[in-house]
Amino acid sequence: MSTLKILNGNQTIAEAARQIDPDVIAAYPITPSTAIVETIAQFRADGQISGEFVCPESEHSAMSVCIGAAAAGGRVMTATSSQGLALMWEMLYIAAGLRLPIVAAIANRSLSAPINIHGDHSDTMGARDAGWIQIYSENCQEAYDNFVQAFRIAEHLDVRTPVLVGLDGFIISHSSEVVQIEDEGEVKKFIGEYKPLYPLLDTSRKLTVGSIDFTDYYFEHKRNQIEGIENSPRVIEEIGKEFGKKFGRPYSFFEEYRMEDAELCIVVMSSAAGTGKDAVDELRSQGKKIGLLKPRVFRPFPHERIAEALKKMKAVAVLDRSSSPGAFGAPLFTEIRSALYDSSQRPKVVNYVYGLGGRDIKVEHFKEVAANLEKIAATGKVDEMRGYLNLRE
Amino acid sequence: MKKETWKELTIGTINLEAGNSVSNLTGTWRSGRKPEFIEKNCIQCFFCWLYCPHFAIRVEGGKVTGFKYNYCTGCGLCAEECPTKEKSIVMVKEEIKLTEGRKK
Repeated sequence: MSTLKILNGNQTIAEAARQIDPDVIAAYPITPSTAIVETIAQFRADGQISGEFVCPESEHSAMSVCIGAAAAGGRVMTATSSQGLALMWEMLYIAAGLRLPIVAAIANRSLSAPINIHGDHSDTMGARDAGWIQIYSENCQEAYDNFVQAFRIAEHLDVRTPVLVGLDGFIISHSSEVVQIEDEGEVKKFIGEYKPLYPLLDTSRKLTVGSIDFTDYYFEHKRNQIEGIENSPRVIEEIGKEFGKKFGRPYSFFEEYRMEDAELCIVVMSSAAGTGKDAVDELRSQGKKIGLLKPRVFRPFPHERIAEALKKMKAVAVLDRSSSPGAFGAPLFTEIRSALYDSSQRPKVVNYVYGLGGRDIKVEHFKEVAANLEKIAATGKVDEMRGYLNLRE
Repeated sequence: MKKETWKELTIGTINLEAGNSVSNLTGTWRSGRKPEFIEKNCIQCFFCWLYCPHFAIRVEGGKVTGFKYNYCTGCGLCAEECPTKEKSIVMVKEEIKLTEGRKK
């Protein structure tokens, strides 16, 4: 039976982990994801999970343990944040290169310097080319739903690629909400039994994992790796629909909010989308034709679908909770602008960096963006392609 | 040997022919010096066998008898680690014969 529980984001992920009960959980605590690890450790101590819980000396080691355990044939997960994810860098690429379906919950947080423990997307955006599937969550419910689906996506035979699920540090990780926790048996049934392809623990077969490739094979192996994530859109879509049928909350690549007849659109991921929807409601009540698009899957990037959804807009603002210093724009913006390049119609697209280091984004800031979009739509002119929201200038 | 296309490769860099590095003749990396075995000084301590990174110490009938030059990279670790008073392994100059390339 599904139950309603009051949980914060960290407890929600831990609860999902308890239900799924992976063979191995290896993690090193770091703010703001510490409570995921702490709660899981408590579950282990209380005998509520049967999998191994390993707490090694660093995140680099935690991901190394995950890789070893997954290569051995286990269903494996971890959780981390910020510098912790940064310390995993080297191993993230190896997990993806070895096509190990590891699932990681990331409480999205800024990177140093300056030291800051609050939420933004710098950590996972930094890992965007590591070969992991990236799914972002607006609230605790989505964090739970995404985390459950992540195992199915990662373990699908056409995909076999690690998945990370982002939830905004503190804003989601530490805020309590009512979360619908599904029946444990049904969750287990939805996930199914994991069958590793070439488990090292199967000693009847001699094989090597991760041996050296020189110029004659590296390129082919990398292309072989890319195929997994290239296959994933169909799988992500199917599993999102199946999840919807079973639990009543269907998922796709992005959510469109009040986009039916919209001429202006704000694109924003994760928790800020909630605030954005409130702003859209207010602006709609004033008769403004504005909508919001919330990307859920960032890797693989659903470029065709997003271009289709945005091409008829007059003006689009893409809000990024990370920066890419020296780049043409922040990560989400460059993807979207590039996605629109081949469209028959192209809206004006501007970029705002917001919320770095946990800086608030409020309804008034979305209104500021909307006012600029109105101006761009009316004049057809863009004064500044890139800007910053709620920054002291 | 025909090399596989990316579609023909096993997922996740899995190599189903474990041990096939035996076909990789690392001896072709040697450049200018090679170890030489001086049997009369050898006390059969097996230090060279233990330290050799390429398993290039030849052992026959339980005794070190020399080197598998097809795999010896000429790194000199064996000579360095050899503990006998008069060295049982010394590094000597080697002329590189271009005809001794990788086996096809």
